[in-house]
Amino acid sequence: MKLQLLHKNPQVNLYIANVDNTFKAPYFSGGVSAGFPSPAEDHMHAKLDLNELLITHPSATYYVRVVGDSMLEAGIVSGDLLVVDRSVEVKNNSIVVAYVDGEFTVKRFQKIVDKIYLKPENKQYKSIEIKKDMDFEIFGVVVHAIHHFI
Amino acid sequence: MIGLADCNNFYASCERVFNPKLKNKPVIVLSNNDGCVIARSNEAKLLGVKMGEPAFKIKSLIKNHDIAVFSTNFALYGDFSDRVMSILKSEIENVEVYSIDEAFLDFQGIDYLTRAEYIIQKVKKWTGIPISIGIAPTKVLAKLANTIAKKYTKKGVFLLDSPQLINRALSFFSVDELWGIGSRYAKRLKYCGINTALDFRNTDRKWLRKNFSINTVHLQKELHGKSIYDLQLQKVRKKNICTSRSFFEDISKYSRLKQAISQFANNCAVKLRKEKSCCSCVTVFLRTNFFKQDKKQYFPAITLNFSTPTNDSMEIVSMANMALKKIYKKEYNYKKAGVIVQNIIPEDYVQMSLFDQINRKSRRKIMSSIDKINLLMGRDKIYLASQSASNKIKMKQQKLSPCYTTRFSDVLKINI
Repeated sequence: MKLQLLHKNPQVNLYIANVDNTFKAPYFSGGVSAGFPSPAEDHMHAKLDLNELLITHPSATYYVRVVGDSMLEAGIVSGDLLVVDRSVEVKNNSIVVAYVDGEFTVKRFQKIVDKIYLKPENKQYKSIEIKKDMDFEIFGVVVHAIHHFI
Repeated sequence: MIGLADCNNFYASCERVFNPKLKNKPVIVLSNNDGCVIARSNEAKLLGVKMGEPAFKIKSLIKNHDIAVFSTNFALYGDFSDRVMSILKSEIENVEVYSIDEAFLDFQGIDYLTRAEYIIQKVKKWTGIPISIGIAPTKVLAKLANTIAKKYTKKGVFLLDSPQLINRALSFFSVDELWGIGSRYAKRLKYCGINTALDFRNTDRKWLRKNFSINTVHLQKELHGKSIYDLQLQKVRKKNICTSRSFFEDISKYSRLKQAISQFANNCAVKLRKEKSCCSCVTVFLRTNFFKQDKKQYFPAITLNFSTPTNDSMEIVSMANMALKKIYKKEYNYKKAGVIVQNIIPEDYVQMSLFDQINRKSRRKIMSSIDKINLLMGRDKIYLASQSASNKIKMKQQKLSPCYTTRFSDVLKINI
């Protein structure tokens, strides 16, 4: 965080904290040494931006939050934030956000011969077979799950 | 060739992305304060809901046909607009963003039919928003081509290029459907026997020039396939900036109006500073409730000039309040008020007036500090006392959808 002088008068100095829109943690390729001058200076890389890691197509990326444990074994826990990319092609076994008969859900997409299933990742739940007369649409492919520990 | 990409029923389509239940159902979006209909899905259009119709007038229609009603959610529409525009820009090098839901595409040297179809599919897949593209030699014709693409094609693309096709199309459109022909001109033209767009195109140019503005001559040339309006790839400075609102409840008290006018004037000043512009005059207008015809009506407006063009909130707000004082009459109930700043020039071109009493350098510093703080901490964190944010004029937004794409607390929740 950097403080930038905003306005100065005899009574008060106003500063603004320069907090970038994107969080960038410094990353060193070598070890961090104490002392002066810093030998790391020459080895400093551009700061890491989580957006770079999580978002490939910004115009096609959406977030959803899940409640429930039907995808537990795929690593999706209740309360997780999912990063959904609509531009990614759905493949067999993709985890998708889908709309089925009036409700959104998150399941694994499976195509067996000419039948489509939405498969949960928890034995307590059953697969849903998508029949022709169902209102079915795929919203997008889940590319990451963000899990909060605190 | 020029393409016009236009989102189909944009606001209604945005509301549908996270609400697939609304597919094939009538959807309408209401203006600020849930006043009038400003967007309709095709199904709502078929039910006879008119653009601009006051919501209270169609209450029973809404109920009987189970029309889904939304308040305007500009955060959501703005985000979807950004997504659509950046997809267009990723496909076409020269794009003129014309409005929140329209853009002109430079199709020169491009296999335009194939590309247009591809763009439509890509936008639909990436955003869920359906768009149509009209392709023609000029902007005005591209606009017509787009209307045809929307109404009569399945794929959403229409190419209006051959003279025969253009003639046929023009005979189908009424003259008031042409881009740039307002209702007053349309009335006069029709009075002169010019009913269709084709009639207009075949009108004697000299006669048009003599009886109407030069713009109609330009329009006619565009209809002949001669491009007059180029793509504007650089942002043009706005000619005027207006902030106006309809009030949830009619206001007659001076202090409440003053507060509203101060807010609007400050809003205009902030926008001016954002564009690095100054205005030379400010207009304030008031409107009584047009739909209460039994009450006395009053639609005053007044314009006051600055001796030195400015974008200073304090100056613009106090001038606007002075204007309000001149037109305010306490015996009326006001439904709407607004502030317009005009004669806008670049900040650097401002000529100082000889008797200027304001220390402009220090005032500019204060304003830019306020802008920076408000940008970081949220709108109107610092405001002028006359805006009195403690009892801010609230907008009525009873049917506001969540800001699915711009607020983490609002993202779609899915039970799995």
